Formats: sequence, C-alpha cells, structure tokens
Amino acid sequence: MIAARHLTKLFRDKKRGEIRAVDDVSFTCEPGRIYGLLGANGAGKTTTLRMLATLIAPSGGEAVVAGCDVATHPAQVRARVGFLAASTALYGRLTARETIHYFGRLNGLDEARIAARTATLAEELGMAEFLDRRVDTFSTGMKQKTSIARTLVHDPEVLILDEPTLGLDVMAARGIVRFVRECRARGKTVIYSTHIMSEVEKLCDRVGIIHGGKLLAEGTLDELRERHGERDLEEIFVKVAGGEAVV
Amino acid sequence: MKLRDTLTIFRKELREALRDRRTLVSMFLVPAVIMPAIFFLFGTATYQVVKNAKAQPPVIAVLGGVDSPGVHVALKAEPGFIVVAAPDDWRERIADKRLRAVVEIPAGFERSLAEQAPTEVKIYHYEGELKSGFAVGELRRFFNERRQRVLADRLAARELPASFARPFEINTENVAPPEKVGGNTFGGFIPYLLILLCFTGVIYPAIDLTAGEKERGTLETLLCSPASRLDIVLGKFLLVLTVSLTTVACSLVSMTASLLVGGLVMVGSGRMAAQLGGASDGAGAAALPMLDPMGLVGVVVLVLPLAVLFAAGALTIALFARTQKEAQTYLAPLVAVVILPAFAGLLPGVELNATLALVPVLNVTLACKELVSGVWPWGQLVLIFGSTCVYAAAALAGCVRMFSRESVLFRT
Repeated sequence: MIAARHLTKLFRDKKRGEIRAVDDVSFTCEPGRIYGLLGANGAGKTTTLRMLATLIAPSGGEAVVAGCDVATHPAQVRARVGFLAASTALYGRLTARETIHYFGRLNGLDEARIAARTATLAEELGMAEFLDRRVDTFSTGMKQKTSIARTLVHDPEVLILDEPTLGLDVMAARGIVRFVRECRARGKTVIYSTHIMSEVEKLCDRVGIIHGGKLLAEGTLDELRERHGERDLEEIFVKVAGGEAVV
Repeated sequence: MKLRDTLTIFRKELREALRDRRTLVSMFLVPAVIMPAIFFLFGTATYQVVKNAKAQPPVIAVLGGVDSPGVHVALKAEPGFIVVAAPDDWRERIADKRLRAVVEIPAGFERSLAEQAPTEVKIYHYEGELKSGFAVGELRRFFNERRQRVLADRLAARELPASFARPFEINTENVAPPEKVGGNTFGGFIPYLLILLCFTGVIYPAIDLTAGEKERGTLETLLCSPASRLDIVLGKFLLVLTVSLTTVACSLVSMTASLLVGGLVMVGSGRMAAQLGGASDGAGAAALPMLDPMGLVGVVVLVLPLAVLFAAGALTIALFARTQKEAQTYLAPLVAVVILPAFAGLLPGVELNATLALVPVLNVTLACKELVSGVWPWGQLVLIFGSTCVYAAAALAGCVRMFSRESVLFRT
C-alpha cells in the first residue's frame, strides 16, 4: 500500500528562487489496484514518484510505502519497491542474466533465490534466447523485458512506474501494459504516472490529476466523469488543469 | 554500510571495466606498451640522430691566416671536418646551418707562435645547434693538440720536463654506490611518471562511473536499489582505485623490464668497451647505474594514499558534472595541477624538508627521489605518508558527501 499525506518538495534555484515542484499532495493506493498519476510534462509526477521511491527526500509531509516511512526507513522502502522509469536504463556491457543477478544481490537475495527468480522471469517474459547476450546488442523490446525483470527480481509488493512507455514502439508499450495488469492481478500495489490518456483509461482504478505540483482532482474514472460532466478523459484533464496550453 | 553491497557493486563495475576497450587501453596498453614504446622510440631516434650527425664531418671555413700556411694545411688534412673557402655571408650561412662553424686565424699567427707572443684563435658557431656543437668540439680538439705540441717544443728547448707546465693533475672518482647514482639520475623521473599515470588512470573510470552513468540513465537505476549511497560510492571508488593502481603496477613492471633490458644492453656495451680498452671483464658493468629495489617498494607504498586522493577527488568532480563532456572539461586541466608539483620535484636544488613534506604530490615526488637512491628519511616519510592519508581521507569524505546530495545526483 502507498499512502502519501501532504507530500511537498521544494527546490532552490539561483535564478527562479524557491520552486514548489510538489505541493501538499495526498493520495492512497491499495494493494491489487493501479493508481494513475496523470499530468503534463513538469507537473510534478516524476518528483512525486522519486519521493515515494526514496530517491529524493520530501521537504514536507509524509509517505508510507509498503508499511515503511520513506523519510525514516528509505532502505526498507527500496527493498519492497520496484521502480521502473523511462530514465532508468540498463548497463550495456552486462548480459540480461548478469543484470538480474546484480539487482538480485543488491536486493539481498541469495544465489539460489536469484537463480530461481531468473528462471521464472525469463520464462514469463520470454527472455530465454537473449538471457546471456549483452544488453548493448538488444532491441528496445528486449531492453524493456530486461528492465521489467530487473524491477521484479525481488518480487516487490509495490511497483512505481514513471512513464514506462515513453519512447517505446507500439509493441513494446503493449508489453508494458500487459505486465502492469499482471502485477495488479497478483495483488501488487501499482502507481503509474503518464500523460497518455488512453493508458490511464485502459489501466487505472483510480486517477489523480496533477498540475503545477498540486493534485487538483482525484477519484475513479467514473467519479471524475460524473464530477466534471465529460466522458472524454482528455476534456476532463483540460478542464481540471485550467484550459488549453498556449503553443 | 554493508560490505556485501559494496563488493557486489565493485565486482560489477570491474566486470564492466574489463569489457570496456577504453578502460583496458588506459589500464594496460598505455603503461605497459605505449609508454615504454614511446621512450624506446624516442631514445632510439635520439641515438640515431646523434650517430648520424657524428658520422658526417661538419663543414667549416677558415678566415684569415694567409700568412700561416702550416695551420691551413693541417686543418685541410684533418679528417674530423671538411674545410671550405669562407664565403662573404658566412654568418648567415652558420645561422642557416649551411656552414657549421668558422675559425678565424689572426694575421701572423705562426710568427707569433715562433716569437712566443700571445695570440688568439676565434671560433664562430651556432649556440645550441647539434652539428655546430660537434664542429666546435672538433676544432677545439685540433687546436688543443696543436697547443700541446707547441708547449712541448718550448719546454724541450729549455730542457724542462712536461710537469713544469702541468705541476699537478686533477682527477675525479665516483664514490656513490650505483643505486645512488641511478636514484639521482632516474629518481625524479620515476615518481613523476608514476604520479602522472596514477592520475590519468583515474580520469576515464571516474567519469564513466559518475557523469557517464548519469548521462546513460543507469545511475538512477542503481539508486533505486536498497544499496545505501555510501555502499554505492565505495564500490565505485574501489573500482577507480583498482584501475589507477593497476595502471601504476603495469607501468612499474614495464619500467623495471625496460631498465633490466636497457641495463643488460649497457652491461654488454660496457664490457665490450672495457675489452676494447684492454681492461678486465666487468669494468664497464661497475659503472652501470641501478635503483634500490626496496626503494621501489617504498615508492609504491607512498603512491597508495596518493592514488586514493586522486580516485576520490576525480570521482567527486566528475559526479558534479551533468555529462561526460562537462566532466572532461573539469578534469583535464587538473592534469597540469598534478604535473606541476610532480615536475617541481625533478628540478635541481628542490630538497625535501618539513614544509615541502606537507605539499601534496610534490612531497611524494621528493620522497620517492630519496627512496630509489636508497635514502630513507623516516621522520619525513612518516609525515608525508600521514599527511597524504589525511588528504585522501578528506577527499573520500567529500566524495561520500557529494554522493548524498540529490541536487548533484539528479543534476541533468
């Protein structure tokens, strides 16, 4: 489970002064559910997820992930979380098997457990034929499968996915969507950030619309539609975010 | 801190480094093959240039001395140089290297000698030019021999012994052992090269493991694992240190091998020269400069904390950069910062003292110079080792601190 309460992140910039990247954001995501964080570029999605994954520390508020406080027990949080983002790349000079083994060891697994998890993930993701090839020779799809295996090697309770389909082709993106659904089916808590409306409609049980660092609207898709009198999620988003962007 | 995580990260970084051509080149190829090859080629080329220059008699001209035909004939008969007629623009020709030297014989030179009046021969040359220098040497030898003959004739005419004009001889003899001679000759150069390779060895891996990982997006992948930032930075630091020390070890092995091979060649040529001169076997070998092997071990011990300082410093700076290019911009000028104190240790007259023992890099260079000569100034060595350890610990602490700053880690 993920519970964020009044989560805030301030950055100090020499030119722009104090920037509130995330401002008083609160939400909850239950096990076996997918929480979609919908927002434009620079809305605060990545900063929120980085705080939940303990990559950066909150300036205010609190968050509990898989029963552990992100501020006081960051290592325990990371041991229970699988974090996958467009910005989390793989080591080109390692093979897929070595990558899974490396992150298995960093997650505290013993050799037998790593071997078992590698075999399971390779079968589930169809990685057998490229498991011992170096990552720098992989196609985008192969890299994506290896990244998923790296994220799941320690069988985390919580998955934090930050725009995981960014830059992927249609087939690779569909693979990600299928993977997220399977994780939900296995009872994992999933938080999924994106700016692609169709992905939210396909996947998410609850949606939070974030804009300018603030969580402006939250609820199930049906609740949002009813509240804003629109069927189309894009129209709801534009209404909540305060109008069309100037191009 | 979890040692298991630190070692896991170190092993993975080592595996990647050993699969990276650029790291292999800077770690093994440069110190073990390229550097000795450069020195060998440079040495051979210099030897050939000097040999060729010596093989060709320099072209000289004679000014004046028309009334001294004996000198003219003797100069033309001398095989050490080729005498040509002095052109009007002889000064320009010397500067243009078409003429190596000009000797000016004053009017009435031979008459002055016969009358025992003072006279002077003047040699015009190109200062610092190799072949002009050879010409001057040959002319000096020619006129010295001639002066000795004139002196011997004058002494004989007065029935005086040769010792009348040369009441005593001045001879020199080296009493320093060969390792001290070797240490004094190569002592500054060896630490200079080791320190330079030690620093250049850390640059590429430090950049690759920090700014490079930021740029490739793998640093964020690692940061979201349960490994603590301390374990991550220590794992990376150990790899950079390993690469640096391997570079130093490779260069030490290659330098020792080069010295041994070079030594054997020198021993061989020394024996040959001794045999040609009728001396007993080994007389030439006795003059061969050597290095104290224990001194070389001491050099490695002193370079160790310096390598820690370089590795931690380079990691800290490279981590601050957004991209590999930016990191290179920061680190490349530091090569000069390291070279300058290392080079200062090579300068004559710069001796180790309590103040210089606290100056990083320079202190190690000066101490190494003493060590390879077989001199062990224990008090200063302790001061140097201790101060370098303190600097290294401070640099490592700075690196760990830098790695905990999210504004640096996510500065893209």
